[in-house]
Amino acid sequence: MELDPVLLSRMQFAFVVSFHAIFPVFTIGLASYIAVLEGIFYRTANPEWERLSMFWTKVFAVVFGMGVVSGIVMSFQFGTNWSSFSQAAANFMGPVLSYEVITAFFLEAAFLGVLLFGRDKVAPGVHLFAALMVALGTFVSSFWILATNSWMHTPDGVMYFSGMYQVTSWTEAIFNPSFPYRFAHFALASFLTGGFVVAGVSAYYLINNRAVSANKKALSMCMWMLLIATPAQLVIGDMHGLNTLEHQPTKVAAMEGNWERQSGAPLLLFAIPDQANQTNHYELGIPGLASYLLKHDVEGEVPGVSEVPRAEQPPVAIVFWSFRIMVGLGVLMIGFAAAGLLLRLRGTLYSNRYFLHGLRAMAVAPFLAVLAGWITTEVGRAPWLIYGEMTHAEGVTPSLTGGMALFTLIGYILVYAVIFVSGLYYITQIVRAGLEGEVTADVEDDADRPMRPLSAAHTAFDGDGPEVRS
Amino acid sequence: MALNIDLTMIWAVIIAFGVVMYVLLDGFDLGVGILFPFAPSETSRDEMMNSVAPVWDGNETWLVLGGAGLLGAFPLVYTILLPALYIGVFLLLAGLIFRGVAFEFRFKANKSRYLWNWSFAGGSTVAAFAQGAVVGAYIEGFETASKVYIGGPLDWLTPFSVMTGFGLLAGYALLGATWIILKTEGRTQEWAYRLVTPLLAVVLTVFAVIGIWTPYVDPFVYDRWFDNMSTIWLLPTLTLFCAWRLWVSARLRYEGQPFVWTVAVFVFTYLSLLAAKWPYVVPPTYTLWEAASHPGSQLFLLIGVLFVTPIVLAYTTWTYWVFRGKVGADAGYH
Repeated sequence: MELDPVLLSRMQFAFVVSFHAIFPVFTIGLASYIAVLEGIFYRTANPEWERLSMFWTKVFAVVFGMGVVSGIVMSFQFGTNWSSFSQAAANFMGPVLSYEVITAFFLEAAFLGVLLFGRDKVAPGVHLFAALMVALGTFVSSFWILATNSWMHTPDGVMYFSGMYQVTSWTEAIFNPSFPYRFAHFALASFLTGGFVVAGVSAYYLINNRAVSANKKALSMCMWMLLIATPAQLVIGDMHGLNTLEHQPTKVAAMEGNWERQSGAPLLLFAIPDQANQTNHYELGIPGLASYLLKHDVEGEVPGVSEVPRAEQPPVAIVFWSFRIMVGLGVLMIGFAAAGLLLRLRGTLYSNRYFLHGLRAMAVAPFLAVLAGWITTEVGRAPWLIYGEMTHAEGVTPSLTGGMALFTLIGYILVYAVIFVSGLYYITQIVRAGLEGEVTADVEDDADRPMRPLSAAHTAFDGDGPEVRS
Repeated sequence: MALNIDLTMIWAVIIAFGVVMYVLLDGFDLGVGILFPFAPSETSRDEMMNSVAPVWDGNETWLVLGGAGLLGAFPLVYTILLPALYIGVFLLLAGLIFRGVAFEFRFKANKSRYLWNWSFAGGSTVAAFAQGAVVGAYIEGFETASKVYIGGPLDWLTPFSVMTGFGLLAGYALLGATWIILKTEGRTQEWAYRLVTPLLAVVLTVFAVIGIWTPYVDPFVYDRWFDNMSTIWLLPTLTLFCAWRLWVSARLRYEGQPFVWTVAVFVFTYLSLLAAKWPYVVPPTYTLWEAASHPGSQLFLLIGVLFVTPIVLAYTTWTYWVFRGKVGADAGYH
């Protein structure tokens, strides 16, 4: 069997980038949450806010560390597997991705250490400022990454000249047509991720009657935030979709499972897309709704996948179903936020065990939704690497063989499995230890000043034996 | 056009500086990892790890900046070297990941500590060897056609690159040993002193083989050394002088000097290598200017780099200042 280096490289990139993305999507939301906690603590001086902040900062440190480790691989993937693409796009992509690294560098150098280790070494106002800057820095990092990614979807501000794109306008290239929508959609996704994880962990503690007062506070503020953010995500997602319809109609057609251009297109709730015959099986849909959502008119015309040659079609089934998973989870999140309001009005938000157990489970929902969303947009761009300009096959490293790609794909899966299992296991240990360990008086010594994120956490890695010497 | 030349030169200096910063800083971290299994006791291992724990991840970030900076300023280097070194790059990254994770978890582990010891030592050794092999492959050059790598997946793995792999392994171990001399006392320090001579012997042997071998396989390098640039001989001469000072200072049981002289050995070896290849950045075919990105892109990125680099350097200096002095087995890191 011939191994296809393009397919394997795509799988490898999807794997390493998905694995990497789940860390920042959480840390971006969590950093903002920590900044809010620090702000409230600064205003009220109530130590419960500080305890919450200390606990979540510890989790933040571990997740941030994992994000950095997995991010190193990302900065080499473009060259190892997609060298023709990198060469062509280097004039834009090189500086923009470097700015991301510079941002992260600067953030780590200047503020992360103060946030993690400076609590009792700097004035409270300085510590709050550091928390705000870390939150801001995580957004700036994602700004550069999403600018690059959006440019691959809606390239702008460049001119192709003797084998390379040259930037004619940095503003147009960075703020390309899909960027504002993608950025807003991703930022809200980070808030949802941070919100549902904090809510889920707080619910777990409330179920077990641990640090009840502080965790009630945490749960309450999360539910207020989610009540605004979950429907807002629906609106932003809709706007993002309309933007995609304008610039990448075939992707939207694949998301809707719509093969032929038609007016009054149904919103399909279920279908088995059949790419070979360019049709669906077992369709179940609501007539006219897709047209209404996309054109705000039940008779509106919706583009079809078959309008482009087969060679330029994305794999419809993957796009169709990952889109449904994302939207389904989004609706579930809105449901939980609304249920939270209802229970709050009835006074049972902190005691309804079904709801609390449900929230625990919902902690994984935003991660799945984010991955499903990325799969929708990235697979939906196929076969294009730079939309309308360069295909995956054109962008792949010419010297890459299927065997090499398979070797590293398996290798990265093994390596990441080790980190992921260790990291996840360690986070569960921290959560198990809980807020009770957070004493507001400083017990750390100067030795803790190393700016390495994980040293902010003191929980033992494996349960047995004494607490780690600290 | 004048702007183009200036920016490319500036970027060449920045990238060259970034590479040498990475090699020196992560070099001693990796060296400590390479020597880890041979340490006289578990207490020594704690001391060794403590001595690099506060600084290693800052050191490693130079690599990420180098990777991204190359794509921004010299994309051709990035898009030819990474495909050519595909398997080696994977080994390097996998090694660095295991090394990094071991740092985080070893001190928090009780039962599983021995696993993290192996992860630390194995990761450091693989990463160091891969980097050395990359240097060898770089000296040998890359097979390209119209700005694309056209060689095979294992072209980089030759007897020569295996030798440079072991050479850098010994070199990093030497940096690690002299760092340990600087940062520890007693039994651990004495053990590190005894490592200097054998490690230096390996490094100098590899240095000599490279010096004799490359001019005879590469006419360009031959001309460079024997025809047109006689001042170039200053660099290897300085390397040997520093090696001799290193040997003497270790015998006299100086604590700081051996590390400084090792750093100097690395710097002059590195400069010799650059001088031999100049101005080719993708040997044997492409020069710096052929590999450069568009001047507008170089300028756009330069603004950010000039802003951030002084801050990062200040921060790095401050971190080293805070952690100056000797480490114990249980201080410096938890």
